[in-house]
Amino acid sequence: MITVQVYVSLKQGVLDPQGSAVKQSLNTLGFSEVEDVRIGKHLTLTIDAEEGEVDIEERVKQMCEKLLANPVIEDYEFTIEEVVTS
Amino acid sequence: MRWAVIVFPGSNADTEMYHAIKDVLDGDVSYVWHEETSLEGFDAVLLPGGFSYGDYLRSGAIAQFSPIMSEVVRFAEEGAPVLGVCNGFQILLEIGLLPGAMRRNQQLTFLCKHVELIVENNQTGFTSGYEAGEKITVPVAHGDGNYYCDDKTLGKLKENGQIVFTYAKNINGSIENIAGITNERGNVLGMMPHPERAVHTLLGSADGAKLFESMEREWRERDVIRT
Repeated sequence: MITVQVYVSLKQGVLDPQGSAVKQSLNTLGFSEVEDVRIGKHLTLTIDAEEGEVDIEERVKQMCEKLLANPVIEDYEFTIEEVVTS
Repeated sequence: MRWAVIVFPGSNADTEMYHAIKDVLDGDVSYVWHEETSLEGFDAVLLPGGFSYGDYLRSGAIAQFSPIMSEVVRFAEEGAPVLGVCNGFQILLEIGLLPGAMRRNQQLTFLCKHVELIVENNQTGFTSGYEAGEKITVPVAHGDGNYYCDDKTLGKLKENGQIVFTYAKNINGSIENIAGITNERGNVLGMMPHPERAVHTLLGSADGAKLFESMEREWRERDVIRT
């Protein structure tokens, strides 16, 4: 089994209204050092395959571009982890 | 003229859309479930508002892969009229029939109220019944209506007259107050405000009715040319 951690975030330059509201709130709470907050999504995919069996990287890239991220406003990155099953 | 109202799991303005065609235009309208694969015999497609698939992941992201949508793309590519309202607009953006994307409203609140729109382009098959620059009142009901596109796309939208409706006052952070745009060819319109909820004075405004009347007139005129 393989676990893939996918992170989707708004592109730099695209205003993030939720991030701005959270930043304001942190500043109000006294965390004045916070200059910017960006909110994204974290998805964990469990994939039934062994490393090297299929081109996981290429497959996950397709998943991100087709569905998981909207390339007009979002960037994505991911890490692939092999899960040792006992 | 035969109208199709596409129904997704989570659509909630499909009934109003149906009513606008049936009772206001006395038109021939049918619901088409999203699992259908054919639009054979239809002359116009209406994608209603709502929360298809619960707006999971992103508004409209999952609905774009419903079986009927590849047929909607084919229909649009043939030049037939497609109108997407609210969630319907979001689906048209996600599937790429219209350029740009929606972000969360700038003030983070869900907006549900009548707003004033300006008809920026009345030379379309959707707006020919309006005066250029006419101010109309139509309700909005959305949380993700903050339209975004890059500068290059914005330049093209302006150049081609694709910006059809703008908000008289920016309500949600949309760039250039954009409320509705068409594709380059002009046969696909997406808009956040709900014209189908403004078809009778009892509803607070009847200004949306002209949009459907314009579509019908456009179809009649094209039909005369066809036959």
